Amino acid sequence: MSVSLPPQFEVVDRPLDSQMTISMGPQHPSTHGVLRLELVLDGEMIVKTTPDIGYLHTGMEKLFEYKKYQQGIVITDRMDYLNPLGNNLAYVMAVEKLLGLEIPERAQVIRVLMCELQRIGSHLVWLGTHALDIGAMTVFFYCFREREKILNLIEAASGGRLTPSYFRIGGLMMDLPAGFERRCQQFLNDFPKAISEFHTLLTGNTIFQRRTQGVGIISAEDAIDWGLTGPSLRGSGIAVDIRRANPYTGYENYDFEIPIETGCDVWARYMVRMRELKESQKIVVQALERLKPGPVKADAPKVVLPDREAMKVHMDALIHHFLIVAEGFNVPAGEVYHPIEASKGELGVYIKSDGGPKPARVHFRGPSFVNLSALPHMAEGEMIADVVAIIGSIDIVLGEIDR
Amino acid sequence: MDIERQQQIAEQASAPAAQGQHQSPVLTALRRAGADWAGEVLEAFGEVTAVVAREQIAEICSFLKTAPGLEFNLLADVCGVDRGPEEDPRFEVNYHLFSTTKFHRLRLKVLLTEDDPHIHTVTGVWRTANWHERETFDLFGVIFDNHPDLRRILLPEDWQGHALRKDFPLRGYEPYSLT
Repeated sequence: MSVSLPPQFEVVDRPLDSQMTISMGPQHPSTHGVLRLELVLDGEMIVKTTPDIGYLHTGMEKLFEYKKYQQGIVITDRMDYLNPLGNNLAYVMAVEKLLGLEIPERAQVIRVLMCELQRIGSHLVWLGTHALDIGAMTVFFYCFREREKILNLIEAASGGRLTPSYFRIGGLMMDLPAGFERRCQQFLNDFPKAISEFHTLLTGNTIFQRRTQGVGIISAEDAIDWGLTGPSLRGSGIAVDIRRANPYTGYENYDFEIPIETGCDVWARYMVRMRELKESQKIVVQALERLKPGPVKADAPKVVLPDREAMKVHMDALIHHFLIVAEGFNVPAGEVYHPIEASKGELGVYIKSDGGPKPARVHFRGPSFVNLSALPHMAEGEMIADVVAIIGSIDIVLGEIDR
Repeated sequence: MDIERQQQIAEQASAPAAQGQHQSPVLTALRRAGADWAGEVLEAFGEVTAVVAREQIAEICSFLKTAPGLEFNLLADVCGVDRGPEEDPRFEVNYHLFSTTKFHRLRLKVLLTEDDPHIHTVTGVWRTANWHERETFDLFGVIFDNHPDLRRILLPEDWQGHALRKDFPLRGYEPYSLT
């Protein structure tokens, strides 16, 4: 029996050696957002990958130029939405570098504490979705159960779960709430058990091992050439961590290791992040020990908003409040590039100031943007199913890539 | 603006200059490597910036990548800056270099005029420059000669103008439609 098909569905006979181009995305669930890949295939083998980005472009860098410095913080939350506190920190520290502000000890410790909690949270989303892409469904629920606890902690401190805007120019939005340390300690007590659960579910899993080992190889030289940073670079055996290389906000005082793996493949990048979970927990424990009472805002009345109570009794506090909100504060002319170690790699913020209350140019060097540009190199010669594993292993967030 | 406020700004502006009195190791290493190609080397806010001529950018980058004592083997970022339509030279292209062995950083700055915004690509030195240069081309209209694939990257291919130029309005000229 023959069925007549409309012309667009007509079966075309292809010779066996011919290549086929298919479009993966932008609605593909394992591209972590709206990413389109144009794949040239020879059978199941990938000949060429061309990533097509920009579907989420919202012109954030343009928007910064029309906002006062303190208004820019909320834009940063929306870039890498899995690591918003890291984005806050990079931006805020770049402005503080221009202003030459001294940040009180307690604020710095809280910044480290919150950033490391956020790093664990970001890695948990990576772990859950990476495993889900490869076919292990259970891990996702275990990860999101733990991440929920972190989001609750961030919510307790800042009031926001995904968009905290907790770090402000000159310090923090406010001090930690009463009982935060106890809740944080509770999370830390439970977390090692959760890590061992992840290991039980994935690390010893033969299917997961065979899907990841020897896949998506990028050598150390190529990784540097392609500008990879963060866990993706450390998975290729290069021990570079900006928390150590160019320490900021007091990271030089904490005792932690930089996990590296020499496998250069998806598995190596997986192991690096799994070990980083433990290191981040170590840093959180140390930060809790260092937490001493003190101010959380710098002594800079022209830059930092005054306390609510002070505004009711001091005229100058009221005037400063009005000026900061209405006019903003002037930032000395100059340019800075401030890099931090975000959960995905080097997050650099370039700010050029012309001396006014609004920046002349703000540029975000997102680690996802650069790491994704190396995808064609890693995917060449692999099977089409491995592309999903490789995308998972470089941990991209499209909000940061497209900005 | 009141006088006190102006004074404070003046103090803030002079404070970073006072910090930068002792030379950074990068600056010393650059001097030792005979950085006669650098037009002007500045240190501000603890960061070293070298202004270089646009004709030499690719050579300088490949020199810095391997020069002993410098070893800037990782290109962290390339970003364009528009100083405004009334300025000449109007555009800046900043290259942020990082060394994975020495852990130091350097910014190379190239100035370009509006009439001739051409610069040689550095994709031959670092392959990561590919996307950074495409982004700078897309948003500022800086043309990187000999780039292997100079297309728009963030904005649609049929987009008119370059969105991060100062004379491009925040909300664009007209609503963009994909259909």
